[in-house]
Amino acid sequence: MKTELNNEAAVKAGPNTEGMNQEQLRQLEEGVSLKIDRNKDFSNAPSVLRGEGVTRIFTTGKTRTVAVDHVNFNFHKGELISIVGESGSGKTTLSKMLLGLLEPSDGTIYFNDQVRDISTGAKKRAYWKGIQAIFQDPFSSYNIFHKIDSVLEDCINLRGGKNLSKQEKYDMMTEACSFVNLKFAELTNKYPFELSGGQMQRLMIARIFLLKPEILLADEPTSMIDACSRATILDMLLKLRDETGMTVIFITHDIGLAYYISDAVYIMEHGKFVEQGPAEKVILEPQAPYTKRLISDVPKIHEPWDLSTVG
Amino acid sequence: MGKIMLEVNQLTTKYVTRANEDVYAVDHVSLKIEEGKSLGIAGESGCGKSTLALSLIGYYFPPLHYMSGDIIIDGKNISGLDPDTVRKSVLGTDVAYIPQAAMNALNPTRKVYKFIEDVIHAHGLDMTNKDIYDMAHKRFEEVGLPEEALLKHSVELSGGMRQRVVIAISTILNPKVLIADEPSSALDVTSQKMVIKMMREMMDKGMVKSMIFITHELPLLYNVTDDIMVMYAGQIVEKGTAKQMVFDPVHPYSRGLMRSILVPEAGTRDVKLTAIPGTPPNLKHPPAGCRFADRCKYAVPACKVNAMPIMEFEDNREYRCGHSVQHLREVYEHEDRAE
Amino acid sequence: MKNTLKNVFHSPRFLVGFIIFMVILLTVLIYPYFVTRDPLLSLGKGFLAPGTYLSVYDANNAPTYRMELPEAAINRLESAIPTEDRQVMLDFLKVKGADVSGVSTANDSLDDLLALWKANYDEADVKASKYQGFSTQAQRNKLRRLNTSILASEQASAMSLSKGEGDAVAVSDTDYIKVNEVANAVSLPLGTDNFGRDTLTELVKATGVSLIIGLIAGTVATLLGLVVGLLAGYVGGIVDDILMFIANLFTVIPGFVLLILIYYSVGQAARGITTCALVIGFTSWVWTARSVRSQVISLRNRDHVNLSKLSGHSLFRIVLTDILPYIASYVVMAFILQVSSGILAEAQLSLLGLGPKTTDVPTLGLMMNWAKLFGAYTSSNAWWAYFPVIGVIALISFSLNLMNTGLDQVFNPALRD
Repeated sequence: MKTELNNEAAVKAGPNTEGMNQEQLRQLEEGVSLKIDRNKDFSNAPSVLRGEGVTRIFTTGKTRTVAVDHVNFNFHKGELISIVGESGSGKTTLSKMLLGLLEPSDGTIYFNDQVRDISTGAKKRAYWKGIQAIFQDPFSSYNIFHKIDSVLEDCINLRGGKNLSKQEKYDMMTEACSFVNLKFAELTNKYPFELSGGQMQRLMIARIFLLKPEILLADEPTSMIDACSRATILDMLLKLRDETGMTVIFITHDIGLAYYISDAVYIMEHGKFVEQGPAEKVILEPQAPYTKRLISDVPKIHEPWDLSTVG
Repeated sequence: MGKIMLEVNQLTTKYVTRANEDVYAVDHVSLKIEEGKSLGIAGESGCGKSTLALSLIGYYFPPLHYMSGDIIIDGKNISGLDPDTVRKSVLGTDVAYIPQAAMNALNPTRKVYKFIEDVIHAHGLDMTNKDIYDMAHKRFEEVGLPEEALLKHSVELSGGMRQRVVIAISTILNPKVLIADEPSSALDVTSQKMVIKMMREMMDKGMVKSMIFITHELPLLYNVTDDIMVMYAGQIVEKGTAKQMVFDPVHPYSRGLMRSILVPEAGTRDVKLTAIPGTPPNLKHPPAGCRFADRCKYAVPACKVNAMPIMEFEDNREYRCGHSVQHLREVYEHEDRAE
Repeated sequence: MKNTLKNVFHSPRFLVGFIIFMVILLTVLIYPYFVTRDPLLSLGKGFLAPGTYLSVYDANNAPTYRMELPEAAINRLESAIPTEDRQVMLDFLKVKGADVSGVSTANDSLDDLLALWKANYDEADVKASKYQGFSTQAQRNKLRRLNTSILASEQASAMSLSKGEGDAVAVSDTDYIKVNEVANAVSLPLGTDNFGRDTLTELVKATGVSLIIGLIAGTVATLLGLVVGLLAGYVGGIVDDILMFIANLFTVIPGFVLLILIYYSVGQAARGITTCALVIGFTSWVWTARSVRSQVISLRNRDHVNLSKLSGHSLFRIVLTDILPYIASYVVMAFILQVSSGILAEAQLSLLGLGPKTTDVPTLGLMMNWAKLFGAYTSSNAWWAYFPVIGVIALISFSLNLMNTGLDQVFNPALRD
């Protein structure tokens, strides 16, 4: 146990960075601790995305499936909203409608208090300047034939930076990468699949950083990532929100995660919002039977997990 | 101390990659489980927890190879047996294994009770089909499954029901050890709870003598097993009771894992969520020293040089770190106060 | 890209297929420089067996050399009395009750056999008695013919000898000529077909033409299938419905019947190889379209396509950069199979007499058709007129399919070992 004795003093002094290379130093910095400012009230903030009676029905042959059933919502500027639902609840269909990838069968969506109009290609492109997404699976989010450079350059071009000089573009990409703790110089000429899942997801956030949309829809961005790197991704999303005043819509099945990060929570069951409101209120004092059941069925660590509630 | 059901000594197994490189996914793992006890294995993806499960059932097929060590189930050493013997005389009676996708493993053209007949016949037990059906019916009743499930095809059952049926079928011969690898991760929370409830009942009624439960979901593990073992890069880094592991982890890696737990409970919104930087080492070329040293906040240069043995401390707890337990606790306390 | 190519050539299956195909292709390209004769030129009449043919006229005028070959006389007899005839002789002698011990059909016992034959064969006796196995008229006739030819060959060698003694332009049995000194010698490794055309030259030309047909048919089918599949798969909705309706029509009507009908209505005069290839291409795009469509549908909902949409890219660009590269390897494989099946389709059509018009160029199918029409399979027993053609078709098809499975192994991770 010689090592142990020698180590004592060193540990008290904090991490020993001597003899570490840049890569290791940077990795240590990634080990963030997440602390969220909870004292914000968004009820008076302007509405960015609002829906009234939004419905989507899928028809295949004679069967009609109501995936999203007359939902109403109001997302405020700078707010972090979680939409919580289990598989089959319609949350993915709703997210596609919010993104404008799928037309609602019924209902109206207001974008910045104007009725959203995405009837033509040009109007769609204009809308997509205001809303962007991060998807669940980082491995399928990238075109495997495109290099990281072209992924990021595409974003700059999209924000009207087509005519910028090479150096300016390079600087912008470097800034975006350093925002998510990646070194662009090390990534250039690489393909996204050469990165780990967590790094790929961070690159997705760098993309959003360049695009700076008003709304970010994050569809289970951490579910394919190990729990111990989850905080990094969440931290970056929150930093993005704080710096740019972005509205973040977080789609998840993990009610614990939703409770932790969001300002407002919408609980979705069978295409309907069964409960919505501030996270603290919805999770700690659930009213709807479905919310109650959902919360009681999740294993806990401070309260006993009552197994007798299921058959 | 109860009777030891499963004892594993210095088990090492490896994968051989396509490039003919050796990856030691399970590296000198030792563990013991007493009768009536359950052990949870936690760790991030790629830490070797699923490989450990495959290695424990003695079912070795390329690219997985047995290297060394003993697996002793209730006094019977099954390590190094050929897969055919394992299938005939170990699986089902000594060990039952339930992988995550088990529920999709049932042939959709056959009815559920047919699979139970298969299990009985495969083990050469002398029973008429009528006896088998009666036995299956009784077992289903005991574990709270409806009789109709026996007469249905697997596709007619819901995911949660299917998974419970598979567990009931695999444990019909009362195995001594049940190894469940993420048995409920693909299910919604309510079905997950039903699966867990059934497994707990089976343990209580002695249908399964001991259990190893593998998952990356720590709150679940905390509620299911008596002990928890954390694996990192093919090695065990810490072992203790579930309570000790969740509320008083000693190893820096376990502490990082426990501090990433999110549960919908009052007060948890104010804790600090932490992330462990970096990625696990490549097991083709494992580091010489502590395998976690590259990602460890408390690492000192010596950590990267000296290989760490696993050491016992307190009552039946084990950890693998160069710092003393007392010292680590002091540092943690200091940190918590600073927050 | 470079890496993929390397992987492809590391696959033994692909490599073997590729080498076979390249050998065929190079032969087709290089052969015409060595044999400049028109492949459809009639050299003679009817099937000639493989071999080297010397002009008798020129051979007479060629300088002669004297050589004493000890086995010359026996070789002459041997070529006059083939082994089958010797077996018949032996059988007859056995039945007749002669002592055949030590006599066989081998060359070195030919003298003994002839001596025995002369001692035992009696034409009147054969006519009168019914020996077992030689009881029918036909069998007796055969024996008689055999005897005549044996006598004739002996007389012939005797004649040439006597002629040599007295005549001024003596042809001695020790005179030889050199093959390259004969002004006109034709080497026909695969003989000639029914029209007297050199089969090898014809075959090389036909292989080239068939490859072109396969290439055109494959390109047309793959392009058509790709465009239809991409549109139907990516755009979906009503476009998908219409395109798939058309594809279903092509599926329901058996392709080959459609091919025959189109072909028949085009008329023989208009049927060049291009028409032939186009018709094959236009009837075989369906399965490419179907499989491309199903692949595109699974790609269409992938996140990277959604992100590309959100980035405001046009439909054309998304299809070109986000969909096409993902199915490119698959399309290459489909193309190879289409080429192979195009060559086979031409062979089938031509065999039925629906191939390209018969005066311009040969194709592999046409060669088979001619061989069939002129009885190469049956009466003439001219194996050289059809067997090499079958061999080449099989080799092309084999090499292309081998390349395809090799590619599949490289591109399909599930098949990697």
